[in-house]
Amino acid sequence: MALKASDLKVGDTHSARLVEDLKRTQIVQYAGSSGDYNPLHTDEVFTTQVAGYPSVFAHGMLTMGMTGKMLTDYVGDARLTKYGVRFTSQVWPGDTLDSTATVKAVGDKDGGKIVELDVKTVNQNGVEVLNGYAEARVDP
Amino acid sequence: MAMKTFPVEASHILMFARSVGDDNAVYADADYAAKTEAGSIIAPPTFAQASAQFDPDYVLRPRPGKPWFGSGKNPSGIVRGEGGGGGGGNGGGLHAEQHFEYHRHLKPGDVLTATSLPGKTWEKEGRRSGKLIFSESVTEYRDQNGELVITARGVGVRTERPVDQKQEA
Repeated sequence: MALKASDLKVGDTHSARLVEDLKRTQIVQYAGSSGDYNPLHTDEVFTTQVAGYPSVFAHGMLTMGMTGKMLTDYVGDARLTKYGVRFTSQVWPGDTLDSTATVKAVGDKDGGKIVELDVKTVNQNGVEVLNGYAEARVDP
Repeated sequence: MAMKTFPVEASHILMFARSVGDDNAVYADADYAAKTEAGSIIAPPTFAQASAQFDPDYVLRPRPGKPWFGSGKNPSGIVRGEGGGGGGGNGGGLHAEQHFEYHRHLKPGDVLTATSLPGKTWEKEGRRSGKLIFSESVTEYRDQNGELVITARGVGVRTERPVDQKQEA
């Protein structure tokens, strides 16, 4: 289901809950699929006793990956042309994340229509953990 | 990224999509995907990050016979001198930013090569973690036909001390 430029207005939003009570096992799952086995994400002993953090925490790229689902569910499969983020706070086991895409502009590019989106993901305390942007091809 | 080639495979896409909690059938079911606009299974938008799997010397993967800094008998497998504290000091740094530009989306059967271009380095004084040293790298992924498919730009940060956890909503 692709978006239509004619239906989109600046300020339109799409939101989705990405995860509720993030589990350590999902972080392990992401370590395995991505190949990033940094112990900061999976090894509580190392992370608390050596690195000095209160617990393991999620890969930024796991948050970006989960936020990507919100985006592709909104714009459709194979429609993204750009997606970039800053990781602004860490994500911890037990966190619940909600993400929102907001239409920033609808325009023309390479003979077609595109939508530019602001992207933001927050935790259960309203703290922003990720902010960024995306661009996607849309139907006229 | 010192990988030789990155073969994009359906089973890896399936596992990657599961790990980010994405149950979209376009990442898992070839028959379903063939009927979508994508035309085949495609990879989720952040999949290129899994190129780490194909870097034989990737430092964040334990390798046989090499020291590993995670815990075993001791909290760390590597004994460090003074000043080794901090998220940056022991964890290979933290990921600050990631950007992707998609020239097309990846699909099973693609065989990627990567070219890394060094980026900028800069410093900043952080409120929650002392001095921050940022470094950027740009990776261009090309397919088996030499076509540019994804441009990735990552920014890593090394912190002077672990990030203070007092959160401000």
